[in-house]
Amino acid sequence: MNITERILARASGKSRVEPGEIIFANVDKAMIHDVSGPGVIKVFEKLAKQGIKTDRLWNPSKIWVAEDHFVPSAEKISAENIVKLSKFTKQYGIEKHFKYGLGQYGICHTLSHEEALVLPGEVYVGGDSHTNTTGALGAFACGLGHTDVAYVLLNGKIWFKVPETLYFKLNGRLPENVMAKDLILRIIGDIGTDGAAYETMQFGGTGVSEMSVESRLTLCNMTTEAGAKNGIIEPDQKVFDYLEQRGAASYTPVVGDADAQYAKTYEYEASELEPLVAKPYSPENIAVVRDVAGIELDKSYIGSCTGAKYEDLEAAAKILKGRKVKIRTEVLPATISIYRRAMESGLVKTFMDAGVTVGPPTCGACCGAHMGVLAKDEICISTTNRNFPGRMGHVESQTYLASPLVAAASAVTGKITDPRDI
Amino acid sequence: MAGKVIKYERDNIDTDVIIPGQYLKLHDYSEIAKHAMEGIDPDFHGKVEPGDYIVAGKNFGCGSSREHAPIALSHCGIKGVLAVSFARIFYRNSVDGAFLLPIEIDEQTYARISDGDKLEVDTQKNEIRNLTKNETYGMKPFSEIVAKIISAGGLFKYVPE
Repeated sequence: MNITERILARASGKSRVEPGEIIFANVDKAMIHDVSGPGVIKVFEKLAKQGIKTDRLWNPSKIWVAEDHFVPSAEKISAENIVKLSKFTKQYGIEKHFKYGLGQYGICHTLSHEEALVLPGEVYVGGDSHTNTTGALGAFACGLGHTDVAYVLLNGKIWFKVPETLYFKLNGRLPENVMAKDLILRIIGDIGTDGAAYETMQFGGTGVSEMSVESRLTLCNMTTEAGAKNGIIEPDQKVFDYLEQRGAASYTPVVGDADAQYAKTYEYEASELEPLVAKPYSPENIAVVRDVAGIELDKSYIGSCTGAKYEDLEAAAKILKGRKVKIRTEVLPATISIYRRAMESGLVKTFMDAGVTVGPPTCGACCGAHMGVLAKDEICISTTNRNFPGRMGHVESQTYLASPLVAAASAVTGKITDPRDI
Repeated sequence: MAGKVIKYERDNIDTDVIIPGQYLKLHDYSEIAKHAMEGIDPDFHGKVEPGDYIVAGKNFGCGSSREHAPIALSHCGIKGVLAVSFARIFYRNSVDGAFLLPIEIDEQTYARISDGDKLEVDTQKNEIRNLTKNETYGMKPFSEIVAKIISAGGLFKYVPE
């Protein structure tokens, strides 16, 4: 069995599982946020009317809550949702509720690793499609809707079809100025936005071993854009060290068997990769940056679970140091802990000296919610993960997805720019 | 009961166009429904009637896990979506929340069905009857667990063996 199959076998109390098999997996950790939380509360209200008991959760200590999409509260309805969420966690005794304005808070997926909330070998589900991100720690991490998450919160388990696994092997080491974002865009460009539908995307090879944990998180984050059920990487010493620094307790890491099976294997040579963008209106619509260089931009957005981890900010700052931005540029660190680190190491000063607006952690404009949404015809380069019509604002705005290096280089020139050409 | 077809001849109809992100703060189902398909079809509300079907291409519902997407469609009266394929979370949400029927059809069936056609869907016989064209098509049968959850009326009413 491969790592995903081994985790799902353990979680469903079986010695072995096969792709295609239906299982009920016991869940180790579950997450809701300020969109899925109120959605779950709504499901609970419906269940109560049907006489289904919702007075106790399966295990409040395994559930955690983030506030990220519409915070700091964007307007009245969002503010009501935050109040609802606070009442919910109080009523059910959920202690891990990361509230804005009260110390550490931020984007749920980033908190999942920054706070070591999910550990290797676990089954983790969240009420958000990019829950896949956390598979980079060696967990089975999968996004679900409100009804399914409500079911997990009450029963501690959920059904899955055991997925087939696609294995992506990266040989060599990523060249300078090429980031994990470029690799995952390349993969999505190759296999398409349904290229891994219902399947697992597993990453490995020397190039992935060489990568930092944060880079690996970027890979797994965008497996969602290829339709994958989960993204996963076998955990190694880098992951164990990363989690130890964040106070993780004991856990049992899982890796695949020597004869693990994969439905298909794809190989990439790191030395052949280069900076890419995904053009509007699909993450699979990729182009080499140098082939589209010069396209005039209105805005650069460096934020989200995909592109606002510490390493992403460091990459952007490397370009922005001593330079000025020519177009509106926002940097929104993904969590308070990352924001603090960026402040203490001088990155925030670098951004402000360059003319960038540095804002609070939030999903913000990535999902068209607030904090810099796009007007009709505005063109944005963004470190986020989706560029569907209307994703970041007006349905006739345009988003180019890119790495933090490309977004920063483009901010400096006001045009799409390869970081090697600045 | 026959329903009419609202057809979108495109693949990858994503959750951002089914219900744009700015409305994710809404949790009143009828309020959510007011914004269904706003991202690609501002006339949707003028056309849709209870019992209607959406017909579309590949990878319907890709993108976000927002349950708002099947909620928005079902609370406008959409009974089922007939698509060449579905993104996984949209599919699960439709079935587990008992909002609508996600029906997989082949490329030929997708090509044959036109906007405005009247359809009857028989999930017992896995048959789609096009009353306008007097034709019958097959549909991909639901998997065993999906069929059981649908007939139970959603995941919470389903009792695993």
